[in-house]
Amino acid sequence: MHDLAQQIVSGLAQGSIFASLALALVLIYRAMGIINFAQGELAMFTTYIAWQLTQMGLPIWLAFAATVVVAFAGGVALERIVIRPVERANQLTIVIVTLGLFISINGLAGWFWGYIVKAFPTPFPTTPLQIGGVAFSAQDVGVIVVSVVTLGLISLFFQKTKLGLAMRAAALYPEQSRVLGIRVGWMLALGWGLASAVGAISGIMIAPVVFLDPNMMQSVLVYAFAAAVLGGIESPLGAVVGGLVLGVVINLLGTYVDAIGNELRLAAALAIIVVVLLVRPAGLFGRVTVQRV
Amino acid sequence: MPRPNAGLLTRVAIAVAVIAILPWVVPSFLVFDLIYVAAYTIAILGLIILTGMNGQISLGHGAFMALGGYVVAVLAHSAGWPYWIGVPLAAIASGVAGLLIGLVALRLAGVYLALATFSLAVATPSFLKHYKSITGGFDGMSLQPVQAPAGVPLGGQQWLYYVAWAVAGVVFLLSALLVRGQFGRALRALRDNPIAAVSFGVNPYFYKTAAFGWSAVLAGIAGGFYAIPTAYVSPDTFTFALSITLLIGAVLGGISTFWGALVGGIVVEFLPLVAQQINAAAPGVVYGVALILVMMFLPDGIVGGLLRLTYRFRRAPPQPALESSTPSAAPVTVGPQSRE
Repeated sequence: MHDLAQQIVSGLAQGSIFASLALALVLIYRAMGIINFAQGELAMFTTYIAWQLTQMGLPIWLAFAATVVVAFAGGVALERIVIRPVERANQLTIVIVTLGLFISINGLAGWFWGYIVKAFPTPFPTTPLQIGGVAFSAQDVGVIVVSVVTLGLISLFFQKTKLGLAMRAAALYPEQSRVLGIRVGWMLALGWGLASAVGAISGIMIAPVVFLDPNMMQSVLVYAFAAAVLGGIESPLGAVVGGLVLGVVINLLGTYVDAIGNELRLAAALAIIVVVLLVRPAGLFGRVTVQRV
Repeated sequence: MPRPNAGLLTRVAIAVAVIAILPWVVPSFLVFDLIYVAAYTIAILGLIILTGMNGQISLGHGAFMALGGYVVAVLAHSAGWPYWIGVPLAAIASGVAGLLIGLVALRLAGVYLALATFSLAVATPSFLKHYKSITGGFDGMSLQPVQAPAGVPLGGQQWLYYVAWAVAGVVFLLSALLVRGQFGRALRALRDNPIAAVSFGVNPYFYKTAAFGWSAVLAGIAGGFYAIPTAYVSPDTFTFALSITLLIGAVLGGISTFWGALVGGIVVEFLPLVAQQINAAAPGVVYGVALILVMMFLPDGIVGGLLRLTYRFRRAPPQPALESSTPSAAPVTVGPQSRE
């Protein structure tokens, strides 16, 4: 039983990382109907920035905070410079532009920091925590706490602040919001900033586990897709629940089902994406939209 | 699509002549590169038909190349079957897989298909690593190098070059015949305005699945020719980057014309070789920036840009194919993203 409890907590820890990245995807999807394929690479790049800051002697938590700020600014800038010009173009164009971001950010990281895998310092203590007689890794517990706090703050921001309200309005009713004096374009840019900041947190949380390398977020992005699809790609709550469920399920499948093992975890995520899209495209928490033709 | 006319025939004749002469005038290491150009060109042609003409976004065509490459490799390695049996079987296997995935794709509109195929591309190497008994796992499989048949005065690579380009020529011809007339019109109609197309009696299930199947056939053949030159396959041969490379080739070459496949194949083979001299990471940066700039300023890619340049000296400019599917022309979008 101890083993199972440990596996569940470690699944929740992974799941909360998937949930953060999935939430980043959902924030942008809700606002603009765009899947940002570069979301994982943005997280990877900002994690390298955090690593660079710690190399320059900053304590890890300070580097963490500084990185989140940089990520936010970077997200805003990318929306303004790269996404804005193609915002109204067709889906293929937007997919290709975000893929272009994906490839160039990946290349830039390789250019600046090389392709040699780097260790990333964990911000959490390395001694296990004893809870109810079971030893849990402090890393796992810390990741869950940080993610829950992040998600809570995002939710409070959208529910309780005027800016959050304006952003929701701009996403759902752009025309009416404009009439009311909300600067819709800037709200979308802020959305990109927030998404990129949340993504940076997911990158910093997972880097001590998977180590730092320019391709570290690619499979995490697939898990985040699976989490977002499972929860309903328009639902922030769905992204969180989807991420946690996915983390636990994938971890248990990988540990206890030999036919899946370590290598087919990604395939399991792929299967979840396809099955959910086929059976219930709106996901667990999404709305079914009906269209007039 | 291409209707035989004097101009087109001239261009085709020039292309064929250049391809036939090249191995005799370039250094032998370039012949090796040019076999890869043929493989890329065949695969990109499939992607142009599927994504460019039919609007189904596939970011996972590397998976079909992997299937094709591994069919050829497993048959050669385990059963000792020659490549000329392996490649057609690769085409069939990949085509069947394409039809099946095409059936799934029918239910995934637009960006969801992109998301699912992206995930397929990322997961492909883990499949190859997992089924070790068939694929050789992480280490991959070594194959026999190609020999020219007895009596043909060519080196192995030269022979492979001519076979690959002959196959490319055949699939170009078949594809051109396929998308001429009604079939091609149905594909484009389903891309630009699916509901109107269906109202006019176009069967979306048949055409979209067929487009997926045919593009997978091409990718399977390409996978075979991708594996044979080095006589070695491994999961790292068919990474996610390969799928993205195909899309880059299609977009940079020009996703709305067949010529885009040829230009795209040349670009994705040689551009990284040039860019690598700056820095190992430079190809990615160049590709990424080029993709974004092309989408903003040159939506029909290099070929489209050249066409517009030549038409500037004539009368009517050609209609860029991608512009016809801007939101204003197609008010109906499918999927949960529309909020009306």
